[in-house]
Amino acid sequence: MTSAALRSRAWKMLEMVTTPLLPSDYLDLVSPLRAGADLRGRIEAVHPETSDAATIVIRPGRGWRGHTAGQYVRIGVDVDGVRLWRAYSVTSPTNRQDGRITVTVKAIPDGKVSNHLVRRVKPGTLIQLDQATGDFVLPEAKPAKVLYLTAGSGITPVMGMLRDIEFDDVVMVHSAPQPQDVIFRDDLHALVADKKLRLTELHTDTDGMLDIARLDELVPDWTERETWACGPAGMLDAAEKHWSEHGVQERLHTERFRPSIVVAGDGGEVTFSTTGKTVDADGATPLLDVGEEAGVLMPSGCRMGICFGCVTPLKAGAVRDLRTGEITEAEPGVLIQTCVSAAAGPCDIER
Amino acid sequence: MTAIDPTAHLTAEQIEELGRELDAIRDEVIAGRGEKDAAYIRKVISAQRKLELVSRGVLLFSIFPPAWLIGTAGLSVAKIMDNMEIGHNILHGQWDWMRDPKIHSTTWDWDHVSPAEQWKHSHNELHHTYTNVIGKDNDLGYGIMRVDEDQKWHPFHLGQPLWNFINACFFEYGIAAYDLELGKNLSKRRRKSPEFRARARAVGRKIRKQVLKDYVIHPLLSGPSFPTTLAATFTANLVRNLWTHSVIMCGHFPEGVQVFERRSIRGETRGQWYLRQMMGSANISGSKAMHFMTGNLSHQIEHHLFPDLPSNRYAEVAVKVRALFEKYELDYVTGPLPKQVFSAWHKVFRLSLPNKKPKVKTPKVKTPDREQELVAA
Ligand code: FES
Repeated sequence: MTSAALRSRAWKMLEMVTTPLLPSDYLDLVSPLRAGADLRGRIEAVHPETSDAATIVIRPGRGWRGHTAGQYVRIGVDVDGVRLWRAYSVTSPTNRQDGRITVTVKAIPDGKVSNHLVRRVKPGTLIQLDQATGDFVLPEAKPAKVLYLTAGSGITPVMGMLRDIEFDDVVMVHSAPQPQDVIFRDDLHALVADKKLRLTELHTDTDGMLDIARLDELVPDWTERETWACGPAGMLDAAEKHWSEHGVQERLHTERFRPSIVVAGDGGEVTFSTTGKTVDADGATPLLDVGEEAGVLMPSGCRMGICFGCVTPLKAGAVRDLRTGEITEAEPGVLIQTCVSAAAGPCDIER
Repeated sequence: MTAIDPTAHLTAEQIEELGRELDAIRDEVIAGRGEKDAAYIRKVISAQRKLELVSRGVLLFSIFPPAWLIGTAGLSVAKIMDNMEIGHNILHGQWDWMRDPKIHSTTWDWDHVSPAEQWKHSHNELHHTYTNVIGKDNDLGYGIMRVDEDQKWHPFHLGQPLWNFINACFFEYGIAAYDLELGKNLSKRRRKSPEFRARARAVGRKIRKQVLKDYVIHPLLSGPSFPTTLAATFTANLVRNLWTHSVIMCGHFPEGVQVFERRSIRGETRGQWYLRQMMGSANISGSKAMHFMTGNLSHQIEHHLFPDLPSNRYAEVAVKVRALFEKYELDYVTGPLPKQVFSAWHKVFRLSLPNKKPKVKTPKVKTPDREQELVAA
């Protein structure tokens, strides 16, 4: 018998010993970060960055497979006893010696998780983790010239890139309301002092929003640069338009943090057929929220339509994608992202 | 049986007002649920697991009498915790709000021969909805006993003290059979239905796993302590069964608890539903440890009013609920465990015989007839 077969035999035996629980339920009591456990992490420190942003240092469990600069990680945090999942960009370099990773979180008004992480969470807290994911990453081949176009907390995935790989020619245009709101300001200025980065810092409270037409003046050779842009939807929309007008759209890589919601649908009666719950939903509330409100266990992740951690079979009826207004009708095998879908008439969700 | 309806003095408006006051109590707890409650259930689960591990560890040496005693006591307590404060309450969805998939009514399994799915249906849906409605709530005497004068007497009931005792000893099997609605499903036609067979198979699988664990694997692991470990696990299961049976009997069987006729729940309003739960349940008074070991089912009245509120909140809710009983001049049935157990058993014995007096037609606890009201309005 191979050793793998032997091990699975032994594990089966162990399961008989611990039934109806699993051996891992007991192992979790002593070693929640061990290899083979559900992926978790332990918060080891919280460093304030600005008055409303902080960097969270996490020791991931043994099953962590590492990340690529620019990717994000979904973390599940218990806030007031309720487990909530959010996605944050990894801001640490990929080769950090101590095996820890960092995410940098900006507290958004009424943000349950972000405020908890920035202001209340204590070192030692265990959190749930997913493997890093996302394709807002640098290419394998080094581009000669790079432009980072960021605003607000859009700096976070880019900081992960800046810390990871040095390029010969890097320009950054970053907007924030005021100097003290610039996350990583000291790090950025240190890079500038070392001549590793050319930085244009815009303070929108005094300078106004970045007018994309001004790029010609700020970064005259922007069309030659491989560009990574992250920030509010307005800025990204403008950038996408601008780049494609100049016929260089393939040079632009964007990452959106929030879905831009365009249409509010009609709503209807939503049935969660596995749990047998039926509730009325309006056409603007994501089905994820509708389900959670009704006490249904809904899987979720980023809650913004990018991680597919929330996909669930749509068994009957139709839903509307809150970002595009697109209607999806039930068919065998159709999965919907409940975080960005709302009821467009009565529907049945397998949960 | 109560000849006089103990709720007769309440007007329909009062009953609805009572419902609103109960809703307010419920909303307050829901709004205040948080970190402390989550920490509570996690602590209880972790303590239960450690106690079970240690007890089973000690039982490996159960050939030595002190080890047998300590291990058996520990395992009995661990099994009671698993079934009562943890299993029963999680399967009620009391902790679903935490959104922790490991502590959720859809994923939890317990140390019990009844599969969680089936139990949730018969208990959460049927028993909690139709509490104490004759012919609808199978918990009322578990379908094998007569616990109210209004149930028809049959010579079979002469043996019910014995049935009840046997049921107490093998309570978990009784529950499994009851969840399967075995009595009703034994007819030839029903027995063959694929749905019933699937459910019966699920029970079979669960029983096999449980028996294998308790009566084969753990004794085998104990080597020379095989027979003593076997005896220990059997004893722990017996203790757990007797205990849970007693607690559960106290919930609805003691004297003073009302039962209801089928037609009385037609068109029931929220207030009337609450009132039925209040009159159909009974509490056990006692210490904190006592409440904990009953899984807070000592607060049966509060549990029946709010089956999905976290169990650790029933004690504080009970104070407010009791005040409402007083305000509306209703009888809050409670008492220490021995008294309530005696009362329930007394009823089992008493009703094993036919009714003494010829049955007089008296109004049962009856919620006002909606149709009549509507006509009057
Ligand atoms: S939660 Fe990430 S896509 Fe829906």
